Amino acid sequence: MNEILELYLAFMKIGAVNFGGGYAMLPLLEEDLARKKGWVTREELLDYFAIGQCTPGLIALNVSTFIGNKRKGVAGALAATLGFLTCPIIIILIIAMFMKNFADYEIVQHAFAGIRVCVCVLIIQAVLRLWKKAVVDRTTLILYLVIFFLAVFGKHLIFAVPTAVLVIASGVFGVFFGKGGGESK
Amino acid sequence: MTIIMLCIQFFKTGLFSIGGGLATLPFLYEISDRFGWFSHADIADMIAISESTPGAIGINMSTYAGYTTGGIPGGILASLSLACPSVIIILIIARFLEKFRENKYVDRAFYGLRPASIAMISAAGINVAMVALFDLNAFQASHFIPDLFVWKGLILAVLIFIGQQKIKIHPVAFIAASALIGIIFKF
Repeated sequence: MNEILELYLAFMKIGAVNFGGGYAMLPLLEEDLARKKGWVTREELLDYFAIGQCTPGLIALNVSTFIGNKRKGVAGALAATLGFLTCPIIIILIIAMFMKNFADYEIVQHAFAGIRVCVCVLIIQAVLRLWKKAVVDRTTLILYLVIFFLAVFGKHLIFAVPTAVLVIASGVFGVFFGKGGGESK
Repeated sequence: MTIIMLCIQFFKTGLFSIGGGLATLPFLYEISDRFGWFSHADIADMIAISESTPGAIGINMSTYAGYTTGGIPGGILASLSLACPSVIIILIIARFLEKFRENKYVDRAFYGLRPASIAMISAAGINVAMVALFDLNAFQASHFIPDLFVWKGLILAVLIFIGQQKIKIHPVAFIAASALIGIIFKF
């Protein structure tokens, strides 16, 4: 029971400060769960984000469910997901009840312009730390560059490729050309 | 009755919006058109609110719509309905992975998935940076290169970057400090 509660609280804390959506969750997960608690490895985090991106549902919830399940099965998955949801639900309920023009306050806009700067630095630092777990040779470097280019500039191309399709294609590419399972390419 | 319909609609949104975040928007517009629980203007407001509160926009919108139609229980139920498909589907996939993690094809798939994962996370970082650190509108208006950069933002970004390397404190401390700096220096 204690571990379930611990999962709930850990994810509640992350849910409370997870500004900027699913990907912004990565630096927080890495610090709290991978580095401090050792609940997941950095490779697993990357795997969960990849799968969470191409399966239905919000990425943040998918990743919470994965980590919770890894720790404590179905109960853990529920604890993590509910924990992550707790603060956003309470905050939006308060906003909906008392201050619908929350985002229009000048002080809120300035605060979040500052937070956005911080979030992008945290994401970039997380990328630098996780880089060598994912980009292990020339093939993975090329794959990284192609997906990165398509994800950033894809929306300006004639036909935009949905990110989920890019991820699935990378997985399929890995099956055919990847290293692993004791066999080289 | 409305609450049940609300739960069904947000369950559907959770089930079909792949990739999360902005992927929920088309579903939200459809719900707005069909049921009128919230207006298109409400969605625009909610995008702004979501950028200024923790949590994903899908959760925020479902809480908001649930509250306006069914009070506090409505808000909670709608959000849980949205989360339901994620939990069920990931639990199934996790079982599958536990069983086949040693399989060489699954292993190879991850060889391709990891660089894709880190590439998408990089792209998300760049997208935030385009808003937080660069001002394309000002540059297009003036064609004066220094106008391209949000200088206050860049200075803060460099300070956070160095600070993170030197001081071992929780990222949340940097988030809170950035909010304060944003207010004091009017970002």
